[in-house]
Amino acid sequence: MRTHHLPIQGATCQGCAKKIRTALGAVPGADEIQVDLDEQTVTVRGDARPEALTRALAESGYGVKPAPEPEPEPEPEPESEGSDSARSGGDIQLAITGATCASCVRSIETALGGVAGVREASMNLADHSARVSGRAAPRDLIRAVESAGYGASVIDDPRRADQEREERKQAHYRQLLRHTGYGLGVGAPLMLWGLLGGSMTVQPGTWSQAAWLAVGVITLAVLAVPGRPFFVGAWKALRHHNANMDTLIALGTGTAWLYSMVVVLAPGLVPEAARHVYFEASAMIIGLISLGLALEVRARGKTSAAVKRLLDLRAKTARVLRDGGEQDIPVEQVVAGDRVRVRPGEKIAVDGEVEEGSSRLDESMLTGEPMPVAKGPGDSVAAGTLNEGGTLIYRATRVGADTALARIIELVKKAQGTKPPIGRLADQVSAVFVPTIMLIAVAAALAWFNLGPQPPFSHMMVAATTVLIIACPCALGLATPMSVMVGVGKAAEYGILIRQGEALQTAADLDTVVLDKTGTITEGRPALTRVLAADGDTEEEVLTLAASLEAGSEHPLARAIMTAAEERGLSPRSVSDFQALNGKGVSARLDGATLRLGNRRWLEQEGVTLALQDQAAALSEDAATPLFLARDDRVIGVLGVADRIKDDAADAIRRLRERGLRVIMITGDIQASADAIARQAGVDEVLAEVLPEDKAREVKRLQQDGAKVAMVGDGINDAPALAQADVGFAIGTGTDVAIESAAVTLMSGSLHGVADAMAISRATLGNIKQNLFGAFVYNSLGVPVAAGLLYPFTGWLLSPVIAGAAMSLSSVTVVSNANRLRFFKPNKADRRTAEGRHDS
Amino acid sequence: MSWLINLSGLALMALIVWWFWLAGAGKARRATHGAVDIIVDDGVYEPAVIESNAGEPLSLRFERRDASPCAEQVVFHGLDVSEYLPVGETTTVTLTPEQPGTYRFTCQMNMYQGKLIVH
Repeated sequence: MRTHHLPIQGATCQGCAKKIRTALGAVPGADEIQVDLDEQTVTVRGDARPEALTRALAESGYGVKPAPEPEPEPEPEPESEGSDSARSGGDIQLAITGATCASCVRSIETALGGVAGVREASMNLADHSARVSGRAAPRDLIRAVESAGYGASVIDDPRRADQEREERKQAHYRQLLRHTGYGLGVGAPLMLWGLLGGSMTVQPGTWSQAAWLAVGVITLAVLAVPGRPFFVGAWKALRHHNANMDTLIALGTGTAWLYSMVVVLAPGLVPEAARHVYFEASAMIIGLISLGLALEVRARGKTSAAVKRLLDLRAKTARVLRDGGEQDIPVEQVVAGDRVRVRPGEKIAVDGEVEEGSSRLDESMLTGEPMPVAKGPGDSVAAGTLNEGGTLIYRATRVGADTALARIIELVKKAQGTKPPIGRLADQVSAVFVPTIMLIAVAAALAWFNLGPQPPFSHMMVAATTVLIIACPCALGLATPMSVMVGVGKAAEYGILIRQGEALQTAADLDTVVLDKTGTITEGRPALTRVLAADGDTEEEVLTLAASLEAGSEHPLARAIMTAAEERGLSPRSVSDFQALNGKGVSARLDGATLRLGNRRWLEQEGVTLALQDQAAALSEDAATPLFLARDDRVIGVLGVADRIKDDAADAIRRLRERGLRVIMITGDIQASADAIARQAGVDEVLAEVLPEDKAREVKRLQQDGAKVAMVGDGINDAPALAQADVGFAIGTGTDVAIESAAVTLMSGSLHGVADAMAISRATLGNIKQNLFGAFVYNSLGVPVAAGLLYPFTGWLLSPVIAGAAMSLSSVTVVSNANRLRFFKPNKADRRTAEGRHDS
Repeated sequence: MSWLINLSGLALMALIVWWFWLAGAGKARRATHGAVDIIVDDGVYEPAVIESNAGEPLSLRFERRDASPCAEQVVFHGLDVSEYLPVGETTTVTLTPEQPGTYRFTCQMNMYQGKLIVH
C-alpha cells in the first residue's frame, strides 16, 4: 500500500471535498481518500497509479496540472508539501469571466500558453480561475485572455503576495551582499598591496605590465557583473537625457578603469610619473556601494515597519457560519452579510456588527487606546482588533478593501509618500544635482591640468573620479521622505492618522487650538452625573425606579439612565401603562403607584409637590439637566444628566497649555453652560453661542489675527472649520471615524492625540532638518574636498576609495537617523502623570 | 596639446549642459483610453513623458522590475499622489489632474524622473 499526496486547487467547501472523494474513489486501487481543504491537498492511500489519480483529479476540476517539462511529474517529490508551496510561489492566479464550457477552458489555456514567459497555464472551470506559472506579466496574461474573448483579472492573495515581496527583497539583499563580496574581494587585496608598499605603477616591458593586464581583466569582470546594474542604469538614463546615481558611479569607476587600462596597454602615452593604476578603486567602489545599498535595503525595511505592523493585523481566515455549519475560510472569501464567529484570543476578520454574545475587544492597534472596549449585540467591530473576552457572532458589513483597517493602511501608505514643504529645496537641488556634479568633475580635472602639480593626468583622473563618487544625491533625496515615512508610521501607532506630509510640518508650529465642545471635549452623549433622593428614599431606589420607567424608551437621556443603572448592578422592574410624552417626560404604573420622570414644568402642571429644588438648581449650574422623579404626587428624587467632559480631556488640555498653546473652546451652547464646561475642562477662552456654520469664520478670524490654528472637531459637522484651520484634527470614537475628513484623524476619542500628534510632528520635522542639514553639509563639504580644494593648503587629495565609503555611509546615515524616530515617545512621562492623577 | 585638452574639457561641459538640460527629454506617450503602461527599470521610467488632458481620469500602470530600494515609491509632485511599487508587480496609479501644467513624477530620491504633461 502506498500513500500519494496530490495538490488540489479551488476546493473551498465540503461539497468540493465530496466531489473530489467521488472522483478519486472511482480510480481502481484508491482505498482511502482524505481531502485537506486548508492545505489544499488530497491524500490517497492504496495501490492506485499516480497518473490515474492525477487524471481523475483534473477531470473533477480541482486538479493542479503537473508541469509538462522537464518531466511529467512536478520536479519536487509530491510527498513534500513545503516544496509544493515553494513551487507555486511564482504563480499568478486569474479570475476568469465568460467561460462556460470545457472548450472555453482549452482556448483560454491556449491563449495563456501563448504568452511569452508562461511555463504552464491551467484553467479551473469549477471556480473560474486560471493558474499560470512562469515569468509572464499579469497584464499580458489578461490581454491574452481578453483577446480570446473572455474576461480576466488577477486574484490577489495578499498573504502570498506579501511573502513573495519579502522573498524578493531578501533575494535582492543577498545579491547585493554577494556583489559586495566580489568587489571588496578583488579591491581589498589590491589596496593592501599598495598600502604595504607594493608597486602600483606600470613598468613597460616588464612582468608588471602583464600582471596589471590580468588585474585589469579581473576588474573588468567586477564592473561587468556586480557593477552591471550601475552601467545599465547609467546608459538608460543617459538616453533619456537623465542622470542619476548610477551615472555617477558608472562614470567614476569607468574612468578609473579606463585610465588604468591606458596606462597598462599604452604606457607610452602617459608620462612616466603618472603610470599609476587605479584598478583597486574601481573594484572597491563597486563593493562599497553595493554594501551601502544592502544596508539601505535593511534599514528601509524598518522604516516601513509601521505599515507592516498594520498589515500583520489582518486576519488570515474567518470562521463563517454558512449552510447550517461552520467553516474556516480565507478572509478574502468572506462577503458582506456573512455571519462570522470569533473566539477568545482571535482577531476580528472583517468589519461587522455584533449579533450574539458579548466580549471585550482590544482596539489599541487601531485607536492607540489601551483600554479594551466592551461589545455586545448591535455594536460594531473592526477588522484587526483582538477579541479578549467571550465568543461573538457578528455579521460582516465591510470586507476586503472597505474595512477600516484597509482604509487606514491605504491612508498611511499614501501619506508616507507625501512631502512637507521643507523638503522642496532638496527636491529642486537633487533634480539638477547629477549633471552639476559632472560639470564640477570636469572643471576640477581642468583645474588640476592647468594649475596642478606634475604629473597632471593622474591627478586629473583622481580628482574627477573622487568628485563623481563622493557626491551623494541619495542622502539629499532621502532626507525628507525617510523621516516622513517613519513619522507618519509612528503616529499611526498612536492611533493618529496624518494624511499629508504638509500637516506634519504645520502641526509642528501651531500656537492656537480650537476645540469643539460636543464630542470633542465632552463625550458627545449624555450620561448620568448625580442621583439625589428625597427623604425616605435611597439613591438606589430612585435610580431603579427611573430605569424601570425608561426601560422602554429610546431617548438619549433614557439610555444614560439605563447605562448608569446597569453599571451599578441595578435591574429595572417591569412597569405597566408606559407613556412617553414628547418634550415632557415618561410615566408608567408600578405596584399600584403612578411614576413620572420628566422636567419640572411638566410635573408642576401635573400637580406634583416639588422637592430638592436647590440641588436641582446646582445641577443646572454644572451644565447638567435635572430630571425629577415623582411617585404619585410627590417628588422622590432628582437625576442629573449631562454631556460629561471626557475623562482625560482636562489632562490633555493642560498638556496643550503647558506646551504654550492657547486653547479655545467653541460651542453653540449658551454662555452659562459653555462656561460650566469650560471651567471643568480648563480652557483659556470660550467662544459660546456660535452657530455651526460660523465656526469656520471664527477660525478665520483667529488666523487673521496672526494665529496658527488647529481645529479639533468631529469631522462631520465641523468639516468647514476643519478645512479652514491650518491643521484640522478629526476626532473619532473607535474605528467609526470618517478618516478622510481632515488632515489629521485621531482614532481614539482622546484629546491627548492632539498633543501627541504635535509632539510627533515636531520630532519628525526636527529629524528632517537634521537629515537635510547633514546631507547638504556632506555634499557641500565633500565635493570641494574631493575636487582638491584643500590641496594647495594641506596637500590633501582624497582617494576615490574613501569617497566610495563616505558616499555609501551618507545614505545609510540618513536612513538610520530617520529610524531613530521609531523610538520616539510623545511625552510619555507627561502622559503617565496625567493617568496617575486620574486614577486618584 | 594643452589647449586641446582644455578645449575638449570645455566642450564636454557644454555637452553635459546641452544634453541633460537643454535638449528635449524624449518623446511623450499619449494616454490611450486614459491608460499608460510604464516600466520601472534600470533607473528610468519607460516612457518617461506622459501626456494627458485636464479633467480626464488617467491610469498609469507601473511595472517595477528594478529591485533597488530607490524605485520603491513613485511620487507625483503637486498632485499629492504617491504609490508603493512592489517589485515584480504592476501597480496602477489612478489620478485625474484638474489643472493643465507639467507635473514631475519621481522616486523618493528624484533619481527616477518622469513628466506628466497635462493639456
